[in-house]
Amino acid sequence: MSIDVDTARRVAKLARIKVEDEALPALAAEFSSILGFIEQLNEVDVEGVEPMTSVTPMRLKRRDDVVTDGNQQAAVLKNAPDAREGFFAVPKVVE
Amino acid sequence: MLDLTYDAPKPKVIAGATGDWELVIGLEVHAQVATAAKLFSGASTQFGAEPNSNVAFVDAGMPGMLPVINEGCVAQAVRTGLGLKAEINLWSAFDRKNYFYPDLPQGYQISQLYHPIVGEGEVLVEMGNGTARLVRIERIHLEQDAGKSIHDMDPAMSFVDLNRTGVALMEIVSRPDIRGPEEAAAYVGKLRQIMRYLGTCDGNMQNGNLRADVNVSVCRPGDYEKYQATQDFSHLGTRCEIKNMNSMRFIQMAIEYEARRQIAILEDGGKVSQETRLYDPDKNETRSMRSKEEAHDYRYFPDPDLLPLEIEQAWVDDIAASLPELPDDKKARFMGDFGLSDYDASVLTAEVANAAYFEKVAEGRDGKLAANWVINELFGRLKKEDHSIEESPVSPDQLGKIVGLITKGDISGKIAKDLFEIIYTEGGDPEEIVEARGMKQVTDTGAIEAAVDAVIAENPAQVEKAKANPKLAGWFVGQVMKATGGKANPAAVNELVTRKLGL
Repeated sequence: MSIDVDTARRVAKLARIKVEDEALPALAAEFSSILGFIEQLNEVDVEGVEPMTSVTPMRLKRRDDVVTDGNQQAAVLKNAPDAREGFFAVPKVVE
Repeated sequence: MLDLTYDAPKPKVIAGATGDWELVIGLEVHAQVATAAKLFSGASTQFGAEPNSNVAFVDAGMPGMLPVINEGCVAQAVRTGLGLKAEINLWSAFDRKNYFYPDLPQGYQISQLYHPIVGEGEVLVEMGNGTARLVRIERIHLEQDAGKSIHDMDPAMSFVDLNRTGVALMEIVSRPDIRGPEEAAAYVGKLRQIMRYLGTCDGNMQNGNLRADVNVSVCRPGDYEKYQATQDFSHLGTRCEIKNMNSMRFIQMAIEYEARRQIAILEDGGKVSQETRLYDPDKNETRSMRSKEEAHDYRYFPDPDLLPLEIEQAWVDDIAASLPELPDDKKARFMGDFGLSDYDASVLTAEVANAAYFEKVAEGRDGKLAANWVINELFGRLKKEDHSIEESPVSPDQLGKIVGLITKGDISGKIAKDLFEIIYTEGGDPEEIVEARGMKQVTDTGAIEAAVDAVIAENPAQVEKAKANPKLAGWFVGQVMKATGGKANPAAVNELVTRKLGL
C-alpha cells in the first residue's frame, strides 16, 4: 500500500502538525515504507495466536475510588500561554 | 409475584404528502458514573467546584503521566450492566479515540470501541395503557468525559475548565428499537430510574449527568418489520445523529423536527445524507455540524498505556448479590401485594426513596389507602412547597398512624385531612393529637341521634320543605356535621336523617 501526497497532507492535518507542501512527498514516501513493513508482518500466519498485550504477564493496576489528587489550580495552569480567572484561555472555538 | 405482560405500543406515524412514514430511533446515552474520583485519576468528580481545581496532571494531559483505572468505576459499570440484564464481559480493553479540541488536552479520549465491558441487555419501557416497548441494549462501555468550554465570557477567547475532563462515563448504546419521540424520552427516563435505583448515576440532567445522542431515520410502514425479521439495516432509511441533548423535552422536540425534515427531503425526491446534527432549542430545529464531520477520522487504536481489563466472575457475582430490588420487580410486587393500580405502583416506584416511604406507611395497613395518602396528600403537599420526600416534615410512621386511625374508623376522611395538616405544620403523634383535641369520629348512634333530633326540632320550616323535596335532606346532614364538629360518622348521620324525616 502506498501513501500519496494528499493522504500525507490529511494525516498531518489530523495530527495538527504543520507540514509545508514541498515536504509532503518525502513524508508520503516514509509512510509508504512503514506501511510496507507492516504489510510484510501481515504475511506471518498468526492463526490461533492470542494477541500479546504485555511483555510480562501482569494484571491491570487498579486504584480505589478515593480522591487523592487535585486542588492545584495554579500548577495546572502554570504552563498555559494564557489563563484567566482560573480558566485556560484559548482562541475562540465556536461550533 | 405478579407477572406483568404488556402489548407493544403502536409506532408513531407521520402522514406525508405521499403516504405514511414511521420513525426508527436508537440512542446513545452518556451517563456519568457516580464515583468520588475520576476514571483514571484521583481527582474529584464533584460538580460546581472552582474551575480547574479537580484536575490531576494526568487529566491535564501532562507529558509522562499515566492513567490508573479506578476500580469503583468498573464496579459501577458492571452493576449497571447487571441491572439491565446484560452480559458482563470479563475481558475488555481500552482504545484511544483521537481528535483535537481544547477541552480534551490528551488529544484523545480513552474509550472502549472494540471490547466493551458490558454486552447485550434489555430495558422494558412502559408507555401506559398496558403497553411497553422492550428496547435491546447493544453494549455499554466506559470512557472519559471531556472538559467544558465557555464561549461567552470574552469576545475573542474561549475559556476552558478541565474539572469534568476524565470523569467516567458509561455510554449505553441501544438498538434501533424505539419508535417515537415519547418512547425515546420514556426510555431515557427508565434508564435514569434504573441507574438511580442502582446508585450508579445521579441522573441529574441539568448538570449534564445524563446526555443523549439520538439516531433518527424514517421508513415506510412495514419496512421496520422487515428489518426486525432479518436484522438487515438496508430496510431502514439513512439516519442522522443529533448530538448531546440533556433534556427529555428537547429529545422529543428534536426527534419530531428531524423526522419531518427527513420526510420533506424524501418527498421532494431528495436523499438524506448521513451526518451529525445539533439541535437548537431556541429555534426548534436541527442543523448540520459539518466541522465535526471533517474531523470524523478518529483513528482508534488500543491504548498502549492500559493493559486489558480482566475481572473475575466471583467479583461480578458479589456485585450481583448486592443489587437492590429493581423498578420492574418492585412495581409488580406493589401491584400484587398491596393491590395497587398500575398507575399508582408506577408513581410510587418512580424513585426508590418514594417506594421506601410508601412501604413503611403501608406495612401492616391498608395498602390502597396508604397509596392514596402518600400520592394525593403527601406528594401533593410536598410539591406545593417544592420539597423532596427526604425533606418531608411528616414521617412514614406518622402518616402510617393517620392511615391506621382512618381504617379503624376513629377519624373520618375529612378529619384525617385536618390531622394531616396539623402533623405537617406542627408535628406530634397523630394518635395522641386525636385524643387530646377530641377529633375522634362519633360512631355512638345515641349521640348522633341526639344531634339529629336537635337539628330537626330547631328547624321546623326546613323539615316541611324537605318532606316536599327529599334532596334537602343534605342540608340536615350538613347541619349535624357542623354541630358535631365534623366528627360524626357521615354514613350514620345520613341514615338517621333520612329515617327521622320519614323520607
